[in-house]
Amino acid sequence: MTNAIDRRQFLKLAGLGGVVFASGLPGVTLAAGQDDFYFVQLSDTHWGFEGPPNPDAKVTLKKAVAAVNGLDRQPDFIVFTGDLTHTTDNPVERRKRLSEFKQIVSELKVKTVRFMPGEHDASLDNGKAFQEFFGATHYTFDHKGVHFIVLDNVSDPRASIGDDQLAWLASDLKQQKTDAPIVVFTHRPLFDLYPQWDWATRDGAKAVELLMPYTNVTVFYGHIHQEHHHMTGHIAHHAAKGLMFPLPEAGKAPTRAPLPWNPAEPYKGLGFRGVDTDARTAECKLIEFPVVKA
Amino acid sequence: MTSNRKAFLTVMMSAVLALSGFAVYVAAQSAEPKEKVIRISAKKFNYTPGEVQLKKGVPVILEFKTMDVVMGFNLPDFNVRADMVPGKTTRLRLVPDKTGTFVFLCDVFCGTGHEEMNGKLVVSD
Repeated sequence: MTNAIDRRQFLKLAGLGGVVFASGLPGVTLAAGQDDFYFVQLSDTHWGFEGPPNPDAKVTLKKAVAAVNGLDRQPDFIVFTGDLTHTTDNPVERRKRLSEFKQIVSELKVKTVRFMPGEHDASLDNGKAFQEFFGATHYTFDHKGVHFIVLDNVSDPRASIGDDQLAWLASDLKQQKTDAPIVVFTHRPLFDLYPQWDWATRDGAKAVELLMPYTNVTVFYGHIHQEHHHMTGHIAHHAAKGLMFPLPEAGKAPTRAPLPWNPAEPYKGLGFRGVDTDARTAECKLIEFPVVKA
Repeated sequence: MTSNRKAFLTVMMSAVLALSGFAVYVAAQSAEPKEKVIRISAKKFNYTPGEVQLKKGVPVILEFKTMDVVMGFNLPDFNVRADMVPGKTTRLRLVPDKTGTFVFLCDVFCGTGHEEMNGKLVVSD
């Protein structure tokens, strides 16, 4: 049975105004209005990782794919915001992991899937292997009137977007009206979330500056393996949970080492996100899903 | 050789050295304050030393070398960073203006152990 609720009811349930952070509404779906669409964000799947932080590493991605396929409301599209694979110094192994990842996510029922690299995929070869499997590392697309921009802040191992890509961004934005709904996908935070743990983009402020004149902008990213919500002026930035191991809150642990696996609560801290998007304003309502239902 | 000829040769040699940059180099060296130099080397995936002790208000020169690949040195709490390039020595001057323990880290993705590559700066009164 589907517990469909309309958009107005959802807003009333989740809280009116601003950005809604509704967590875990299993079995609840949103009835799509004319101005709405729905996409799913998955992040930091780190395929190839092995270690105590996730003894279930070989099946976690497959379970996430099954969870997405099991959603009552299937998304218009799915986006992976980087670190598809866990890094390796071996270029052959890197391609093997990318290939295996691609094969596993091909099982997603929704076939419109967007990819971007994380530093684990791209920083050791400037994105070369990633591009062989998934194409461009920065690009734009449009969906139901919303302009989506994918920014690459990882192919440069110095965590920079770079002047060329920033010029490309500026050129793209010039074609948009200042009230155009715009959603940005990237891997690292564009703001200095916690540079002590490398949770930043060296020239991210330049991208934010370019976006600032636009009144309806939302940024989705990964990298930090946990939910995080931040505003730079009127621009909302939302980090997604990871799908291999959670990381501690910024500065709340001596290092950014993965949080230990808890056998009593397997998969705790892992998950993915549904995003209900208003096509007129790019206002986004977030719904967080676990990998496995408790 | 007369004393006039010796003086002439001395002047000429000085001019040649100045033109070759030697004199400029010496001047630059002698103009540098005599500050303590802290040498930090990087190798996948560690800094040596991993902990640096400094005194608040006492300037030092941090001198970096990498033994294998391009690395970074980032000390966000003091807003200083440097690239570490194989075959090159990089220096930066630091005057610690606060006490405490601060993280420095590699901010150039350098391999499988990159995320564990960090160290501590301890500044005391």
